[in-house]
Amino acid sequence: MEDNRPLEENIPFENNRGPADHSHIKGWGIDADPKNDPTYPMKKRTNEEHKGYTWDRPAQQPISMEILHSTERPNVTAVFGTAAPLRGLSGAIRRMAFKRSENEYSHWLPLILADRVDMVEGIIDDFKHGKIPNIFAEKGYIADWNHNKSGLLARVAIVAGITAAVVLLVRSNNRD
Amino acid sequence: MLAMNYRGPKRVRIEQKPMPEILHPEDAIVRVLRSCICGSDLHLYNGNVPDTRVGTTFGHEFVGEIVEVGSEVTKVKVGDNVLVPFNISCGRCAFCKQELYGNCHEANPEATAVGAIYGYSHTAGGYHGGQAEYVRVPYANVGPTVIPPGMDLDDAVLLTDVVPTGYQAAEMGGIQKGDTVMVFGAGPIGIMAAKCSWLFGAGRVIIIDKEEYRLEFARNYAQCEAYNFEEIGDMAVFAKKTTDSLGADVCIDAVGAEAAGNAMQTITGRKLLLQAGSATALHWAINCVKKGGIVSIVGVYGPTDNLVPIGNVLNKGLTIRANQASVKRLLPRLIEHVQNGIINPKALITHRLPLEEVAEGYRMFANKLDNCIKPVLIPPSAKI
Repeated sequence: MEDNRPLEENIPFENNRGPADHSHIKGWGIDADPKNDPTYPMKKRTNEEHKGYTWDRPAQQPISMEILHSTERPNVTAVFGTAAPLRGLSGAIRRMAFKRSENEYSHWLPLILADRVDMVEGIIDDFKHGKIPNIFAEKGYIADWNHNKSGLLARVAIVAGITAAVVLLVRSNNRD
Repeated sequence: MLAMNYRGPKRVRIEQKPMPEILHPEDAIVRVLRSCICGSDLHLYNGNVPDTRVGTTFGHEFVGEIVEVGSEVTKVKVGDNVLVPFNISCGRCAFCKQELYGNCHEANPEATAVGAIYGYSHTAGGYHGGQAEYVRVPYANVGPTVIPPGMDLDDAVLLTDVVPTGYQAAEMGGIQKGDTVMVFGAGPIGIMAAKCSWLFGAGRVIIIDKEEYRLEFARNYAQCEAYNFEEIGDMAVFAKKTTDSLGADVCIDAVGAEAAGNAMQTITGRKLLLQAGSATALHWAINCVKKGGIVSIVGVYGPTDNLVPIGNVLNKGLTIRANQASVKRLLPRLIEHVQNGIINPKALITHRLPLEEVAEGYRMFANKLDNCIKPVLIPPSAKI
């Protein structure tokens, strides 16, 4: 009879150390260094930070758009990204979030909320520009169609079933 | 130019975007030749990283050709093929001087707890990433490294993150000769961590996952033991039994926020976002390591809190080491290992997709379709 017990129940307490000979593993032990302790990231401490924020800073990237910075630092870093400028309601929420430090939930949770608002703003923006988002393509369902057809069809069937059930329920309520 | 465009959780598309511009005298513009989708991109893709704004282009693993440089760039020139470490670092702050290139103080205004990373939300500095035809590369005198002649681009692109992160995971474990190392997660990083553990002299390497195809790959590629946690039962009991009750010398968390294996962690961490991701792998690592052992974390978690047995860290006297990989620090040694055939990064690549199929790439990788381990995107302008 097949033993279906979990693996850990089937094995005894044993010192299953690997074989002493690791010659079949290319490069075994070539980076072993018993003196490498404490290792990175503590190693190579320079104590440069004892001098404070005094290093010769790189030139400041021109700040030509609104850049939020953490309340835990005094300034905008010398370079910064400009991927997605603040906009609309999501931007207002982000501004509010950046009044609190990274130490606070009231910093991070509003940022997640802003991300969801931003998503809706993105859809509105698409429509404004005459673009209808192709959710099927954006979610990459073609990959499911190519490699997981049965899973995709099962999901479609479940959604169709739930939709049909809701429609029938609503209709029967309307008749009553 | 064509670029990936994030539209909200689990929605990405390819579209035309303006060409990147030089915004700082130390910037360069790189024409992307290869870019990868990384497991940590899935945290963004799933909407779990705060301040991930619609319109952002992801991608922190890329190589390409320098096509333009700012007035103060001296270390690379137009025409150089470069691999670009995923961290953006100035090279002159106190942290860069300590070779903590993943913790630069002059590249990310939006958070102090994380350095700057290409295409990794405004929490990581708000930079566009490399899943595009072109990308802006700040501090071009520091990060970009000329790809050695003869090195395959597929090897080079994995030197921007996967290889250094896996290697550093093993390095941070402080592995001594003969140590038993348990690696949680058989994604590209976990597999590389298992492989690199041998280089530090591990006596036994065990990798844990639930995807059989990944475990099989790990057995062959990293020559390690591989177990499916769905068959193991209690992970801590397994770890103790197989080490004569003592526990592994070193445990590596190479999973991070997307971990499966514990319903409570999954619901609170991944579904309800009540914690910064599911900390199952870290929980296991803490409980499977020996007393006085070392837990090395390279799995990525969000910026808030996680439920982990911190009391056991105290009572067992554990050392926890963690960081984003310091790619620039590690590159010389790792390039040597690749050139000497010690590490074969490109063997991890299972899928090569045109950039235009980025949405399918994300879905395939996220849902582990078609035995996907590592997908690489190739922009049309790469002209291969």
